[in-house]
Amino acid sequence: MTTERKRIGLQAVTLEKKVEITTGVYYLAFEKTFDFVAGQVIALSLDAEKDPRLYSIASGSQSNEIGILFDIHPDGELTPPLSQLEVGQKALMSMPFGKFIWDGEPAMWIATGTGIAPFLSMIQSQENSNITLLHGAKRQEQFYFQTLFEDKMGTNYLRFCTTESGKGLIEGRLTTYLANHDTLRKDIKYYLCGNSQMVVDVRQLLLAKDIPFDHIIAEIYF
Amino acid sequence: MKKVLFGLTLTELKATVTELGLPAFTAKQITDWLYKKNVTSIKDMTNLSKKARELLAENYEVGLLKPQSQQESKDGTKKYLYQTKSNQFIEAAYLPEENRNTLCVSSQVGCKMGCLFCMTGRQGFQKQLSAGEIINQIASLPEFDTLTNVVYMGMGEPMDNIENVLKSLEILTSDWGYAWSPRRINVSTIGVVPAMRRFIEESDAHLAISLHSPFHGERKQLMPIESVYSAEKIIEALRDYDFGRQRRISFEYIMFKGINDTPEHVKGLTTLLNGLRCRLNLIHFHPIPDSPLLGSDQRTMEWFRDKLSEKGITTTIRRSRGEDIYAACGLLSTKKLIQTKEEGDY
Repeated sequence: MTTERKRIGLQAVTLEKKVEITTGVYYLAFEKTFDFVAGQVIALSLDAEKDPRLYSIASGSQSNEIGILFDIHPDGELTPPLSQLEVGQKALMSMPFGKFIWDGEPAMWIATGTGIAPFLSMIQSQENSNITLLHGAKRQEQFYFQTLFEDKMGTNYLRFCTTESGKGLIEGRLTTYLANHDTLRKDIKYYLCGNSQMVVDVRQLLLAKDIPFDHIIAEIYF
Repeated sequence: MKKVLFGLTLTELKATVTELGLPAFTAKQITDWLYKKNVTSIKDMTNLSKKARELLAENYEVGLLKPQSQQESKDGTKKYLYQTKSNQFIEAAYLPEENRNTLCVSSQVGCKMGCLFCMTGRQGFQKQLSAGEIINQIASLPEFDTLTNVVYMGMGEPMDNIENVLKSLEILTSDWGYAWSPRRINVSTIGVVPAMRRFIEESDAHLAISLHSPFHGERKQLMPIESVYSAEKIIEALRDYDFGRQRRISFEYIMFKGINDTPEHVKGLTTLLNGLRCRLNLIHFHPIPDSPLLGSDQRTMEWFRDKLSEKGITTTIRRSRGEDIYAACGLLSTKKLIQTKEEGDY
């Protein structure tokens, strides 16, 4: 079959800010050339000939930057060179797309690792007094932007650490917390973001607690 | 550990022999031994010089692995368990019929996509299969000689492993490989649009898309991928291509009782697929443990098929196979064989 190659349209955008949050984890802020809705993703590449990868936008929708949060995958094609990108250099970015979008209603947000990114965008985009956020990580340093979440959410921001203890941390797994929680609300939505195993396991736990499956909205990092 | 020759393309083998200082034509000889004569040892590649065989054997092995075990269903379906060199496990299902014998192969160990109705999704993602590990399921099949068709509908999302899937298709369909017609091969996807475009552009095999609902909100509850690549976007991408008369686009539609089997869904599908030359396969839902979903009954499925057919959409009901040995659609899983090494992040 002879076909012309059709790719996602990408445009060059300039890196305006780069922060290494902790070893191997970066927040990159690019110039904002389009509007987006919190929860959307962009496709990003450094080479027009290579397939782009998807990243949740981590910045607020009113901010004048497009932020992404990522950790380096040592065998990955994009994240090692992306971490080497310097302010002023360009990357190729798609228009925003996707519909992992919070409807503004009371909800529980559940994330692991860099799966916190869409919630970081949501919390900076609109008021969120009716939200509880559960964030799971192996180590303390992996609770990215915890100060911001603490400021915005107070006691509704719960951090679960599986290998370390520390101030404000709940030791253990967020799945254990959910399993032991007898009063999970059935009338709210549950937004899950992270690796597929977390999403699948948490979804099964919620279903076992009689949460209707149509109240569980998931975004999987792949 | 020695590197594996099986699963290398002709281009990769040319680079391999060049690196070893062997003549370029050796690569073509090796593909003949690997993919036409099915040898299992380098020493059996008798038209290679002794020096070439010694050099190859120092660094490489053929690497073909037989299935570890098999189960047979009362309907004749067989499920094979393969162990990879990295000590992970995958399954393949062999489905004999009167006029065709199909093998359903896996493309990943586990899956990242987390579809609500799928057992493979329950085990999470462990590993991308190499082209060799994909083809190995076919070449090591005891019924290899009787095989007529291959479908990439086992464990994993093929478009999430597009490089290796395309390589495996190249080996299956090239003159220097198995020289199969691409029309004997059907590759399934849940609609990872950029990789699906690559597949359409770089392969001639048939394409099957897991749809399961024409409605965004509903599909998102069944398949998290809908949050990123919606059914609408998938169809929009398909409309960019001319598939000719030989290449088949089909949609897979598992029927869930009271969820996606109503007159509104007939209307929604008719609107979504309008003008697209395709067929729709209705699939019985095979219940998985602790699932909130139930399958539609046979009568509803027949009604649904007839209504869609009246609207001009070629619709069939796929016969269930191998349910008693967990080989049916959506039931493959090697979760029990996964060994967890370290504490996770949740």
